[in-house]
Amino acid sequence: MLEEKASSTPKPREITTRPRVSDKIFRAVIFTGALSSLVILAAIAIFLGARGFEILAREGLSFITGYEWYSSINADGTSGDDPSVYGIGAMLIGTIVIAFIAIAIGVPISIAAALYLNFYAPNIIRGFLVGVIDLMAAFPSILFGLWGFNILMPSGEYWAKLLHKYLGWIPLFDVSTPFFSRSPFIAGLVLSIMIIPIVTSIAREVFSQTPLDRIQAAYALGATKWTMIRAVVLPFGYSGVVGGAMLGLGRAMGETVAVFTVLNIVFQANFQILLGAGGNVASMIILKFGEASAEEIKALMAAGLMLFLLTLIVNMLADLLVSRTVKQGR
Amino acid sequence: MTDNVKPSSLASVAAGNANRAPGKNALGTGLEARKVHAWFGKNHVLSDISLDFAAGTVTALIGPSGCGKSTFIRTLNRMHEFIPTAAMAGEVLLDGKDIYAPGIDVTKIRLKIGMVFQKPNPFPSMTIGENVLSGLRLAQLKRSDKDQLMEECLVRAGLWNEVKDRLDAHGGSLSGGQQQRLCIARSLAVNPQVLLMDEPCSALDPGSTLRIEETIRELSETMTIIIVTHNMQQAARISDYTAFFLADGHPGVMVETGPTSEIFSNPKDKRTENYVTGRFG
Repeated sequence: MLEEKASSTPKPREITTRPRVSDKIFRAVIFTGALSSLVILAAIAIFLGARGFEILAREGLSFITGYEWYSSINADGTSGDDPSVYGIGAMLIGTIVIAFIAIAIGVPISIAAALYLNFYAPNIIRGFLVGVIDLMAAFPSILFGLWGFNILMPSGEYWAKLLHKYLGWIPLFDVSTPFFSRSPFIAGLVLSIMIIPIVTSIAREVFSQTPLDRIQAAYALGATKWTMIRAVVLPFGYSGVVGGAMLGLGRAMGETVAVFTVLNIVFQANFQILLGAGGNVASMIILKFGEASAEEIKALMAAGLMLFLLTLIVNMLADLLVSRTVKQGR
Repeated sequence: MTDNVKPSSLASVAAGNANRAPGKNALGTGLEARKVHAWFGKNHVLSDISLDFAAGTVTALIGPSGCGKSTFIRTLNRMHEFIPTAAMAGEVLLDGKDIYAPGIDVTKIRLKIGMVFQKPNPFPSMTIGENVLSGLRLAQLKRSDKDQLMEECLVRAGLWNEVKDRLDAHGGSLSGGQQQRLCIARSLAVNPQVLLMDEPCSALDPGSTLRIEETIRELSETMTIIIVTHNMQQAARISDYTAFFLADGHPGVMVETGPTSEIFSNPKDKRTENYVTGRFG
């Protein structure tokens, strides 16, 4: 008998818990909240897709690879002779180029600001600066656009000329005609200032979570502040800062008004970032929307869908990047 | 135990170390605390501590929780000042020079006076090997024989045999006891004269504790060690000198100090006797 008992290993028991009613209600409420963001996102995608489908189906792949945007139907319903062509390739390229310029300028400044605020600033200055940065985050983008157009552009042009003069041998900084104002570089500069607050405040939050025992361990080994930051704080904060940069990138790609104000929107793929020609999808939509015919509006909806997908893809790539590269740094 | 000492096992354990000579190869001439006081804000937590730590000796700081032992040990390598509102008075002399003197480079002080913390805290973003050598990077020291140094430090910390085949693994993959020995190895790599240990075994199992105690005994040949411990058996096993701290509703004071065998067998102060015989604390 005893042997028999020992040899028959029992099956694992199924463990269940019956939640209380109050738990169930709470669960339902928060689930609705979680679901609503997904539903809204899906509704937007479906709306844009449904409205833009006709144009997407007609243009096919050339909608995202073509550089020409020509509507033969005028707003008053009269039709031109040539058929309409809708291609947003140049604008997609412009969106990515401008957003990356913004990231390349904004993220290093944000990281430096966050490190200063967390580890170097005296208490009084810290409180004041944090307030200023939060205020900056809430600033309307049209004000950035106006300021960029009136104030930043002249000095930005000067820097652009310097870059061209000394680094012009790099294709990125070359220009085919010396026209430096209203360039993607200037637009990226304005955008970088717009994303600095959000990226700074996320980086600051992440850096401040660095475990104290690791910081102390570094100091106990004779670290200076800078070597401690490099060995402990930056590895710990890496993934959080990348996440913050991605939020900034998302904002930079979707930004409409500031780019529209500053940039000279031209339908051509322009990798010469200092040249005054470019565009992004969002500012193109606002440029065309006012006097668009019914057909062109459908095309603009399709362009919106592409922007939506681009943002989605970039965010997914960022998640992938973070999960791949996060070692045991945390 | 035929003489008139207290028939406690701690006393007999401590008697085993009584005649150990200080490590002859120890660097420097030791550490001296002169009339050290410490405050957190307006809270006076430590009052008038004067203690000498001769080169090559092991000194245990014992006493109930909250008596200021950890605060005291942190004043010895200027880690105390990292806590906002922390203040101190008095002097700490390393080789006769005040480490709080104006113009002293505090990072150099911490290179000479290393520290091992209560909770093992290897750098998780670094491999085991990188952890051992992290002090070189942090203090911006140049060494050409890094592999040799790494091996030497791990051997001295008693960890080499367990990790020599996986130096590229992350520090977090080790057990708690191994992590603590890794932290000791890390401290050794910058070649300190003095090693401060703040309850280094309190989070470890008895086996790991024993390994670390062996390590401490071996290290005391070449350096001065000051260890905070709540484990009186440990104090009796490994230390040459013991100082008993107490904060009885007042700022912490040092009640008594002396050779460990004396403190455990023949304490002069009644409070010390009560503590080491387990009547309170």
